Amino acid sequence: MNRRDFLFQSALTTAGSLLIPNFLKAYELSAMGQPVAPSGKILVIVQLSGGNDGLNTVVPYRNDIYYRERPTIAIPADKVVSLTDEIGLHPSMEPLRALYDDGLLTVINNVGYPNPDRSHFRSMDIWQTGSDANQYKTSGWVGRYLDETCAGKTQQPFRTIEVDDTLSLAMKGESLNGIALLDPKKLYNQTRSKLVTGLSHEHPNDNQSVAYLYKTLAETVSTADYVFEKTTQKRTVSGAAYPNHELGNRLHTVAQLIESGIGTSVYYVSISGFDTHINQLGQQARLLGQYAEAVSAFMTDLKAAGRQNDVLLMTFSEFGRRVRQNASNGTDHGTASNVFLIGGGLPARGVLNESPNLSNLTDGDLNYTVDFRQIYATLLRDYLGTDDVAVLGRSFEPLKLV
Amino acid sequence: MDTKRKQAQLRYFYSRAAFGATPAELYRATEKPLRKTIRQLFHDSTSVDDLIIVKPEENQSRQALRQLVRDGQIDKEMLKERIRLNTQQIRDLNLLWLDRMVAGPGALREKMALFWHGHFACRPSGQNALFIQQYVNTIRRNALGKFGDLLMSVSKEPAMLQFLNNQQNKKNAPNENFAREVMELFTLGRGNYTEHDIKEAARAFTGWQYTPDGKFVFRERVHDTDDKTIFGKTGPFVGENVIAMLLENRQTARFIVGKVYRYFVADSSVDDRETGRRIEELADQFYKSGYDITNLMETVFNADWFYEPRNVGAHIKSPVELLAGMRHTLGITFDQPQPQIFVQRTLGQTLFYPPNVAGWPGGRNWIDSSSLLFRMQLPAYVLKAADVPILPKEDGDVNTESLARKGGSSFRTTVDWVTYEQAFAKTDDPMLTDTIAEALLPLPLRPDQRTLIDNQATAAATRSERIRSLTASIMSLPEYQLS
Repeated sequence: MNRRDFLFQSALTTAGSLLIPNFLKAYELSAMGQPVAPSGKILVIVQLSGGNDGLNTVVPYRNDIYYRERPTIAIPADKVVSLTDEIGLHPSMEPLRALYDDGLLTVINNVGYPNPDRSHFRSMDIWQTGSDANQYKTSGWVGRYLDETCAGKTQQPFRTIEVDDTLSLAMKGESLNGIALLDPKKLYNQTRSKLVTGLSHEHPNDNQSVAYLYKTLAETVSTADYVFEKTTQKRTVSGAAYPNHELGNRLHTVAQLIESGIGTSVYYVSISGFDTHINQLGQQARLLGQYAEAVSAFMTDLKAAGRQNDVLLMTFSEFGRRVRQNASNGTDHGTASNVFLIGGGLPARGVLNESPNLSNLTDGDLNYTVDFRQIYATLLRDYLGTDDVAVLGRSFEPLKLV
Repeated sequence: MDTKRKQAQLRYFYSRAAFGATPAELYRATEKPLRKTIRQLFHDSTSVDDLIIVKPEENQSRQALRQLVRDGQIDKEMLKERIRLNTQQIRDLNLLWLDRMVAGPGALREKMALFWHGHFACRPSGQNALFIQQYVNTIRRNALGKFGDLLMSVSKEPAMLQFLNNQQNKKNAPNENFAREVMELFTLGRGNYTEHDIKEAARAFTGWQYTPDGKFVFRERVHDTDDKTIFGKTGPFVGENVIAMLLENRQTARFIVGKVYRYFVADSSVDDRETGRRIEELADQFYKSGYDITNLMETVFNADWFYEPRNVGAHIKSPVELLAGMRHTLGITFDQPQPQIFVQRTLGQTLFYPPNVAGWPGGRNWIDSSSLLFRMQLPAYVLKAADVPILPKEDGDVNTESLARKGGSSFRTTVDWVTYEQAFAKTDDPMLTDTIAEALLPLPLRPDQRTLIDNQATAAATRSERIRSLTASIMSLPEYQLS
């Protein structure tokens, strides 16, 4: 079935067929299913909420200071998944070794920002909005990417999707918002009540607030409809076995959405639980293990679909943790940490920059050498092909990634 | 003025100045002059009772608890339990405050306090419930008084000093956070001070500290006694001098009035010339009155322009306004406390947890596809115990986990339908849909909406069932999100 057939059919079968004309219009402007990023690339962001301990994720296993400061929670040198002769991954991230060996995994050390904030919500705000530490932005960087790429077109919220029930600040732009869906069917069902479909056409109104609410509703229903139709139309049975936990399920959904060809450029996923003040070892091992399994399955899936060079997965946390462990076999809030980039057809860079300097600390915390917005800027400009300055509000020195 | 128009004015007034009105309240008020109703609402907010969950003598700071652990008086399990208790007390304060908003008599004061909570945004650092209790009561006590008193007392609240790191602001090691936010967010607004003013003001605020039992204390030994130059004046200034200088500056009146206007009158139309002039006049009056908040609000609510059609329905209700308003109108009580936290979290406004020191941005920021669908489903969750299929995100902080994801599934509530239905006892059946809509919505129903809503109610066997069905449907409309 070609594009027009599909649209024609769904126009006939959809209860809310009133919204179809507008729905069609959106796709005339940018051919349906075609990715909006000029580069044709897709970015998947994985957020580790709670402040993942970067030093036990990428372990400086030759560093005496590391072992001295963490007498009971350091990862023994013979257990790490060695990447270089200085650093290696946490043992439960073994599934990532193959990706690293294939040149698909890039590790960026010491990522942070000036005047780091050690509060979860504030630091997450900073990462999600791309603001300075003393600046309060009410829009997120992915949302502003949507503003930038879809300016002047009929709103296309499905261009950026968060796989969740609620929408993060990162996804909210100045004028446009992305959309959140945990899975296409669930959102579709939520928009199927008679009341919702009955109300879901736009009402130009002198009252700007009324107009805005109806516009949002109409777009939600048409997007739910479109995404559901596309994903059911192309049921992919991939060979990849996804682990059955939250992140596994969510990345599986991302893979299905990608393979359905809905034309989304940025996906956003988060998992929580990294706030390891007490008994860190078991908790972090479990979470990093889940992360590595899920990512490995995801990349296997993409490889099988021939998409691993079109999809780049970026992983970050709002901050790393103190170098010295605390009295409860855990770690307290810290500053700089590492960011992973996986896939996307980037040249193999391995470990991009120097490992953390544990003898040069500020108040017991690592100093950043890479501003996280340098990564955003590089990905926006060189990977997604967008005006990074328009999205971030100013220019940041690019990194050698792409 | 005809009764309908007057009722529409009253509905609008109560939705802005308070958390809405019940239909019965509206009908009673139509028999009095509007000015009298306005005066009555102010009168009803004259007195204030503190919110009390924590007894000060029983409160233990995080620090004190750690000390107890070190001294071997409590073990780690007990410590965890105490921290959990503290978080629970903050939750209980949240719910107690919400109950006050819902209850009615002091609704104007609580509405003002909610505004000031967003203005003097503060979160519990270290989960200290006592500090938050003091903070919210300070805001509530001063909500309708003089802005200068409010500014001074909230600036000296331990919760605020802690949140803005003033405990770390010491002679020879200044921390500018507090001084910056006092100027940028509490009084002048960006661009009305220099970095130099902030640096120097921070020095004046050195020594503004608090004790673990929640008392403000001026610690002379960490205070910088040297001269400072702030806004071109030089002297050995202390914190109180800075606050006085900020109040002397007319820009503070302009900044506060602008914010009040956007919150209480119109979200976004402040830019046109007429509005600009109006704000200027109000600011002038506010300044001359010695920053009298009651006087300012009386002027706003009595002004003809407040009731202009373009302002009606322009404000998007915040999640707390939506929840409190729905509860007030229908006399709803929740059998369990957790769902109300769940609603706040899912929609992005949890009392005592503003997103940052700049407060909730409000307006269109409340609405995205997920939050709009949830808002439209809320009447079904609250009134019909429909299954709640979604979960808010975790924020990653172990200390707020108990505020987090629990409380989904379905809500159990008690609704005072009898009282609500009585208000419509004299309404003829064919008029029922529009009459209910007029009591609940800022705008009249469109014909297609009326049909849709009536169709939802066709299965209703009794008049009572019909009223309930119509009410739930009307509260599900996008227009119900507006006031």
